[in-house]
Amino acid sequence: MSTLAYDTSAVFGRHLLRLRHAPAIAVMTQTMPIVFLLFFGYVLGPALAMPGADYRAFLVPGLLVATAANGIMTGMFTAAQDSHRGVMDRFRTLPMSRASVPLGQASADLLTTAVGLLPLLLVGLAMGWRIEGSALEAVGAFGLLLLFRFATTWVGILLGLASRSEEAAGQLGGATFMLPLLSNAYIPTDNLPSALRTVAEWNPISAVTTAVRDLFGNAPVPEGASWPVAHPVAGSLAWCAVLIGVCLPLAVRRYGRPG
Amino acid sequence: MTSTYAVLSEGLEKRFGDVHALRGLELAVPEGSVCGLLGPNGAGKTTAVRVLTTLLTPDAGSARVAGHDLVREPHAVRRNIGVAGQYASVDGDLTGAENLRLFAKLLRAPRTRAAELLERFDLVAAADRPAHTYSGGMRRRLDLAASLITRPRVLFLDEPTTGLDPHSRNAIWDSVRELADAGTTVLLTTQYLEEADRLADDIVLIDEGRAAHRGTPAELKATIGSYAQAVVADRADLPAAAVVLDRLTGTEPVLDAERRTAAAITLDATLTLPRLVRELDAAGVPLLDASLRPPTLDEVFLRLTATKEAIAA
Ligand SMILES: Nc1ncnc2c1ncn2[C@@H]1O[C@H](COP(=O)(O)OP(=O)(O)O)[C@@H](O)[C@H]1O
Ligand SMILES: [Mg+2]
Repeated sequence: MSTLAYDTSAVFGRHLLRLRHAPAIAVMTQTMPIVFLLFFGYVLGPALAMPGADYRAFLVPGLLVATAANGIMTGMFTAAQDSHRGVMDRFRTLPMSRASVPLGQASADLLTTAVGLLPLLLVGLAMGWRIEGSALEAVGAFGLLLLFRFATTWVGILLGLASRSEEAAGQLGGATFMLPLLSNAYIPTDNLPSALRTVAEWNPISAVTTAVRDLFGNAPVPEGASWPVAHPVAGSLAWCAVLIGVCLPLAVRRYGRPG
Repeated sequence: MTSTYAVLSEGLEKRFGDVHALRGLELAVPEGSVCGLLGPNGAGKTTAVRVLTTLLTPDAGSARVAGHDLVREPHAVRRNIGVAGQYASVDGDLTGAENLRLFAKLLRAPRTRAAELLERFDLVAAADRPAHTYSGGMRRRLDLAASLITRPRVLFLDEPTTGLDPHSRNAIWDSVRELADAGTTVLLTTQYLEEADRLADDIVLIDEGRAAHRGTPAELKATIGSYAQAVVADRADLPAAAVVLDRLTGTEPVLDAERRTAAAITLDATLTLPRLVRELDAAGVPLLDASLRPPTLDEVFLRLTATKEAIAA
């Protein structure tokens, strides 16, 4: 095995062990979307124009994507903790492959997320949401969710490595729950004031949500939206490529660069 | 030449914005020796260690560690060093055993090495507890164990005993001595004169980012001398005590009527406590207490800086 793969697998194992010892953050970030799903689906939904059952089918993909977008928060917390508690400094003094530390974190997160999405899917199924497209498209939807999670995790790792303190990262990370609110994850963007609508349509979460809804056969692609939303699969892949292409190399460099 | 020095640095400079943390630090640590970097808070000890362990790039100057250039061959340096101390730390969420197994894996050492080190650092009973539940002393021992996985050629310890109780401190001291006896080069930083004296073959006093003084502990003590102090029964006895101290130390004693003490600094290494007591007694001074102790680090720095200023003036 190459040094990079071997070191990455060691760091990967470390993150899984940490999760076993301190599951609080993971459990919290996986239960929040379920609470949101129930709250929006049964409390707020009926107050909106859409019929209840349709809205819940519309909402489940939105929450799956919002959960994937939490990679920013989790990636940031984890990287900030490691960098301010001295663990990363010890790694930096070891003859390890430089990329393995962030890569191990991102890959462990991917596995955790794949498992962590299951309860949300089950609650969604219980609420009447169904996969209405082909099996192949459904696989594509799950693949896209994980790819988006991977991308947002790298954004988080970069921000966490650049953070001044754990507290600062905590505050900024906490604020990222706003991001899905400025997208079409919870509500259609048609009726938003035009400035807000533009922001929402250029939010990567909107493109990915639209793609996942389309691939699951839950809702059609809205007409006349911004390019990434109007071409949701290509748009989502483009967003992921940009986020990963920018944040991954910067995060690896930031980790490896001595101060 | 370089091969005989485990650490050799020339003109190391490091700035953090306005703070000039290292100002041309020169170090030469012979292979197999223990070097004590002694200095007060903010002197630049941690910065020096971070630069020498590849965590910071120096702004100027150069250094070789275990024969490899810090800036050009950081990976080779990392292969030969162990680091423990104020920052490079273990993962508090993992147990002691998991931490050591992780580092063993990353360093391609056998898993049995983790068990060996747990045994050696008296951590077997706590091996399966998360490290954040450890006491300060246990945590430092785990840190030290983690830095010894591959038996490094050069071990860096940044204030390894600061904040520890005497028992834990002794345990760390014993380990460092053992390592040094087995041939590991150790560079340790400390704020305690006693620690440097106990462990180091050579002491470098570091002040404002540069070496203010260097020598063996004996040389250092000869330079900084010791404090002779007498506590008398009555303040009326102070002048008599002062005469004796003056004669023995060759410096004019400082008298404190309130606390009934007379104290003087001496560079005379042959002055012993029994002699001090005997001479005071022979002069008829009713003595309550007497001491002959090394100066504190603060007093040392006060004296060295006073000397510097005196030379400058
Ligand atoms: N990352 C940093 N940013 C800004 N200033 C720093 C940083 N690290 C150290 N310093 C400053 O550099 C000086 C030396 O610090 P340090 O090496 O930690 O000293 P010591 O370990 O001897 O207490 C201090 O004035 C400290 O405030
Ligand atoms: Mg320090």
